[in-house]
Amino acid sequence: MSSGNGSLVSVRNLKKYFPVIRGTIIQRHVGDIKAVDDVSFDILKGETLGLVGETGCGKTTVGRTILRLYEPTAGEIIFEGTNLEEVVGGDLRRMRRKMQMIFQDPYASLNPRMTVGSIIAAPLEVHKVVSGKEKHDRVQELLQMVGLNPYFVNRYPHEFSGGQRQRIGIARALALNPDLIICDEPISSLDVSIQAQVVNLLEELQEQLGLTYLFIAHDLSMVRHISDRMAVMYLGKIVEITDRDEIYLNPLHPYTQALMSAVPIPDPDIIETRQRIILEGDIPNPSDPPVGCNFNTRCPVAVDICFKEEPAYLEIRAGHWTACHLVKPEGN
Amino acid sequence: MEVLLDVKNLTTRFYTDEGVVHAVNGISYAMEAGETLGVVGESGCGKTVHALSIMRLIPSPPGKIDAGEVIFDDGRDLLKLSSGDMRLVRGAEIAMVFQDPMTSLNPVFTVGTQIVEALKIHFGMTDNEARERAGELLAMVGIPAAMQRLDDYPHQFSGGMRQRAMIAMALSCDPKLLIADEPTTALDVTIQAQIVDLVRRLQAQLGMAVMWITHDLGVVAELAKKINVMYAGYIIERGDVRSIYKRTRHPYTIGLLGSLPRLDEVPGTKLVSIPGLPPDLIDLPQGCPFYARCTYRKDQCLEEMPPLEPTDDEGHIVACWRWEHVAGRDA
Ligand SMILES: Nc1ncnc2c1ncn2[C@@H]1O[C@H](COP(=O)(O)OP(=O)(O)OP(=O)(O)O)[C@@H](O)[C@H]1O
Ligand SMILES: Nc1ncnc2c1ncn2[C@@H]1O[C@H](COP(=O)(O)OP(=O)(O)OP(=O)(O)O)[C@@H](O)[C@H]1O
Ligand SMILES: [Mg+2]
Ligand SMILES: [Mg+2]
Repeated sequence: MSSGNGSLVSVRNLKKYFPVIRGTIIQRHVGDIKAVDDVSFDILKGETLGLVGETGCGKTTVGRTILRLYEPTAGEIIFEGTNLEEVVGGDLRRMRRKMQMIFQDPYASLNPRMTVGSIIAAPLEVHKVVSGKEKHDRVQELLQMVGLNPYFVNRYPHEFSGGQRQRIGIARALALNPDLIICDEPISSLDVSIQAQVVNLLEELQEQLGLTYLFIAHDLSMVRHISDRMAVMYLGKIVEITDRDEIYLNPLHPYTQALMSAVPIPDPDIIETRQRIILEGDIPNPSDPPVGCNFNTRCPVAVDICFKEEPAYLEIRAGHWTACHLVKPEGN
Repeated sequence: MEVLLDVKNLTTRFYTDEGVVHAVNGISYAMEAGETLGVVGESGCGKTVHALSIMRLIPSPPGKIDAGEVIFDDGRDLLKLSSGDMRLVRGAEIAMVFQDPMTSLNPVFTVGTQIVEALKIHFGMTDNEARERAGELLAMVGIPAAMQRLDDYPHQFSGGMRQRAMIAMALSCDPKLLIADEPTTALDVTIQAQIVDLVRRLQAQLGMAVMWITHDLGVVAELAKKINVMYAGYIIERGDVRSIYKRTRHPYTIGLLGSLPRLDEVPGTKLVSIPGLPPDLIDLPQGCPFYARCTYRKDQCLEEMPPLEPTDDEGHIVACWRWEHVAGRDA
């Protein structure tokens, strides 16, 4: 990633709330799950931005809202300079072609009654980009690209292993030559040795095709491996964003620090000398987040103000943003 | 040190309509009292089936323990005990924590009731005594306001709390051996770190042995003293944790470690993936089961499964005809 790259996607003050409804006969709107609560970040052309955080912090919702699979509650998503809220109908469909998604579960995301060939060809048909011989050739090419034998084109998903199914999902995502692929836990359901196969494939494809990735996962080591920059989410908010080395060597937010220190490193030498921060307690309920900084119930260094005011999201040094009362921008 | 568990030639198969699944293929190892053993390997390699065999919890049919001995503690062969005697061993002497606590906590009873019942059965405590002790146990595993939480149902607990409650239940009878089957796989890293820390503290306090089953080579590096690496129903490498990570001798273990990105990696590191897939346990190839995926293979490997033999490091054994070539790479 060179610093001269522009943004492919700009997300500004994005919110996505899910209403909480109580009652069966008389339904009342009793509150909201603030799945994504005022989040701003950019995805730069050609980079991989990693998005990490614990279960339920809103990673998938961010991804789905960028693709407009969910209507945002508030905020803007700007794709190559175009505000997605302002495009409708055919234009929205054309914009969507440029953004694709790969899902966690390679079993559930492929229709078991369709052959691999028709699964991969489906987006080509929906968007009427190619047909006949050309379509056939494109499917063959895509299979080859993801390391599957083109000879498998008439087989069904159940005839493939998990890693192979994930490759089929990748081929389908590539069919329309997208610019952005949102990878939502693309390897979490795979075995370790197969995870590495799929991650290597994603890296090769990025290099060949100039793709931009938003890579969502729990596994911090894997996300750090594949990403150029990383964003850390907690309870619907991005608490820190910076490049992959800075976030590991110099994490600023107490949550990022705890998260990094909790990741096991498979090396007995390092384990002996490493300082661990063990967070107490559980993640709060997102429909009733704590007042002030939403990390205050688990933060080992929280002070008075953290229970009263929400911290501002600030650029502490070039390209390194965080939201913590205890971290002040450098140089002023 | 005194041997607590001595597994000899344990062999478990499933006789299914599709064929015979060779899930555990004659594995042998011993665990000392108070030791922590990590059992690692990828999905389907026989980790759970091996543990369930020790506990005599293999569903039969289709499963059958076809051979072996499991000598426990004072010399009893668990595979020969009557089912009544085995029931006493389970829970009182060996306890197991499963991957998904929801499947092992009963949703219709409160967490407290479930622990209280176990205590009453095993120790003949009165209701009041058992409730008192149950509260202590929940507090010991770090559940705040433990006495009040006894009256909660499992669904009112978070994933991490359920796993703690399961551990509390497993510990209620002061077992000599705790078998934890992927106890943190479904949990977030910060919660996983809490559980690992908890088990480590409890172990120091109570002196029990722990068998920690996982596919995560990071977690066991932090916990275990010894490691068994399994592949296709075999133990293919075994040794002290340091030796396994630093003087790896089996090509499969090397592949596993190479597949794993490290949080502290330097930029530009390529993952070394293992090509191909594990073999079908119904149709195991002759010779070494890793042959098809191995970069060190020779024709000899096709002919005969290599026995576990000593390497150049003490207590470190490996099942590979080519381990000396593998050793050459770290020289
Ligand atoms: N369609 C929905 N309706 C109601 N609530 C939802 C919906 N989708 C997500 N949520 C809630 O929004 C919050 C964020 O969920 P999301 O799936 O984005 O989290 P995540 O970070 O992807 O978690 P995981 O790591 O478990 O996939 C959670 O509390 C979740 O329960
Ligand atoms: N009830 C059963 N009937 C038939 N085959 C079974 C049964 N239980 C397990 N097996 C087979 O035994 C083999 C070993 O399974 P086991 O559950 O021990 O794997 P594992 O190493 O624990 O994997 P994981 O990491 O996915 O939990 C697998 O091939 C599995 O399909
Ligand atoms: Mg998700
Ligand atoms: Mg298992």
